[in-house]
Amino acid sequence: MAWTKKVLRVNLTEGTCIGEPLNMEWADQYLGQRGLATRYMCEEVDPTCDALSSENKMIMATGPLTGTMASTGGRYSVICKSPLTGAIACSNSGGFIGAELKNAGWDMIIFEGKSPDPVYLHLENEKAELLPAGELWGKSVWEADEMLHKIHQDPQMRIAAVGRAAEEGCLYSAIINDLHRAAGRSGVGTVMASKNLKAVCVRGTRGVGNIKDPARFMKSTAEQKQVLAENAVTGQGLPTYGTQVLMNVINELGALPTRNMQEVKFEGAHNISGEAMLEPRASDGKANLTTNAGCFACTIACGRISTIDQTHFSVENKPQYWGNSGGLEYEAAWAMGTDTGVDDLDAVTYVNFLCNEDGIDPITFGATVAAAMEMFKDGDLTTEHTGGVELEFGSAKALAWAAEVTCRGEGFGRDLGLGSRRLCEKYGRPELSMTVKSQEFPAYDPRGIQGMGLAYATSNRGACHLRGYTVASEVLGIPEKTDPLVTEGKAGLVKAFQDATAAVDSAGLCVFTTFAWSLENIAPQIDAACEGDWSVDKLAEIGERIWNLERDFNNKAGMTSADDTLPQRLLTEPANTGPAEGKVCGLDEMLPEYYELRGWTTEGELTDDVRGKFNLPV
Amino acid sequence: MQIQFKLYASLGEYLPAGAFQNAIDIDVDTNVSLNGLMDLYSVPRELAHLVLVNGVFQCDADRNQPMLKDGDVVAIWPPVAGG
Repeated sequence: MAWTKKVLRVNLTEGTCIGEPLNMEWADQYLGQRGLATRYMCEEVDPTCDALSSENKMIMATGPLTGTMASTGGRYSVICKSPLTGAIACSNSGGFIGAELKNAGWDMIIFEGKSPDPVYLHLENEKAELLPAGELWGKSVWEADEMLHKIHQDPQMRIAAVGRAAEEGCLYSAIINDLHRAAGRSGVGTVMASKNLKAVCVRGTRGVGNIKDPARFMKSTAEQKQVLAENAVTGQGLPTYGTQVLMNVINELGALPTRNMQEVKFEGAHNISGEAMLEPRASDGKANLTTNAGCFACTIACGRISTIDQTHFSVENKPQYWGNSGGLEYEAAWAMGTDTGVDDLDAVTYVNFLCNEDGIDPITFGATVAAAMEMFKDGDLTTEHTGGVELEFGSAKALAWAAEVTCRGEGFGRDLGLGSRRLCEKYGRPELSMTVKSQEFPAYDPRGIQGMGLAYATSNRGACHLRGYTVASEVLGIPEKTDPLVTEGKAGLVKAFQDATAAVDSAGLCVFTTFAWSLENIAPQIDAACEGDWSVDKLAEIGERIWNLERDFNNKAGMTSADDTLPQRLLTEPANTGPAEGKVCGLDEMLPEYYELRGWTTEGELTDDVRGKFNLPV
Repeated sequence: MQIQFKLYASLGEYLPAGAFQNAIDIDVDTNVSLNGLMDLYSVPRELAHLVLVNGVFQCDADRNQPMLKDGDVVAIWPPVAGG
């Protein structure tokens, strides 16, 4: 369905669940999900508030195409102020719960206040109630999921929950839905736990409705599914190899950040690559990858379902990890593998399972361990800090230990739960944190892919690949090939990717469709589903409006152009090999042009002209 | 001259016997082009989307000219993406 035009407001302090109309004037300006929820945040939350206080709110929001037959129309996002970055957080997830929420008749849920005791939300169509979660508190996501399904005796109920890491205050805790899909970045799970909210259980049976022109919508979605099926990337590459196919690509390119971004190529890349996931292992002849999997309504199905070798040290006495679960995505494999120097596929898969089991962001976790490993190498950290563990680059056992103690909030795991910026400051080496706005980098070195440096520096949620994936152009040639080693033209490229992505993220669709689709393919689907006229130009304008609104929230939270920068390592230490050898990231060659293209001041502030053009709130 | 030849993802099936981790060292004529190299191993040119020589992308127009030298690394992918 398109918008249900209903918002569920859950006041955790008061214990109330009250429905209200969706603000349709804002829906016309911000579409849904990421954009619309950010508009609510700007209206209702003081950007300077403590992210872990009851003043912060947390919104689970769908887009107008969530729950429809549009391909990949199963997405939802969690929007709040981030405890990791202090910026606006928006973490997007797939799976099935987003569509379930829409089928229950709601566009979004706004959680406000803080419950005096642990609770969970049980939502069945229009019936919403907060129930005690005392017995669930202290349990992992996987344990809580099983307990909740038993309590409610409904196997089709969809669950999003936080694990022990969030309860223990790990600043990059995720919200896990459907066992292994994650609203992963920026600590949205930490915010959820800070409100004493353990889980959200949803069952929706109202079905699809409220489509403006059902016949045209069916025709349009069918046509666009055909486009995805016939595209070599979305029709063949992603289902077969998943995102992990990039491990060897980026390594060959000499842009694979290695051992806390000290190097740009990893000698063990192949061992943890998408190709390696398909190779039979010696012990049982089975491959790491069991099958691919799709989220709700997805016709790409890039997801990985994997198993760990039962004889591997990480699980040899832990049969609970012998079954299938969500397997490695590229960013996770990079952070926990390449960035820590670990090329043990089973170990990285095990640690990935733990990230899902207890809900932590594998990118920030892996990059934080990498920073700790560099401090261990330099003697800033010792076995006295780690309780005897040799936290050395390349040690699979140290990586597994680090995940176990971080997920449980035990011992040194509490330090690792701070994220690398706070960890490195605590131990006197702030320069070793590879972050922007306190959020860790993903898997592309901006010395070898220059546009990504600008994308990271200006991302509204801190370093992130999903806010402006210029890798598509600079490496993969989508929609057209640009040279990854030059800075010319990258300001415009970054802005275009940022704006288009904001629109896609607000529609209820997966950004991976954009390997085959542009806004030209998306606009007709929205136009057939949603009241009003939805052209490519309008979607582009909405994307730019959302970007500016997010920027405005961050500026009001206290961020300035000084936060639009990169770690000194990337600006002063040249790449040591490959095509980018001798190069640093030329951020200062791109940033002024970017501000100009955005219409911002030279200090990165929004102007009155921009506010007026996009009708932004004062 | 000898080069290292790498075929990834679905192109891996075109690698000759003896390849390890999607790579093999091969002897080729000094005047071989990238398209000529692909033809030698029956790699469909239309599937060769991402072609890197020592990590640097080679566009379609450059794939017909001799441009390799001893010790080069050639790596080829079909259309792939991730994120």
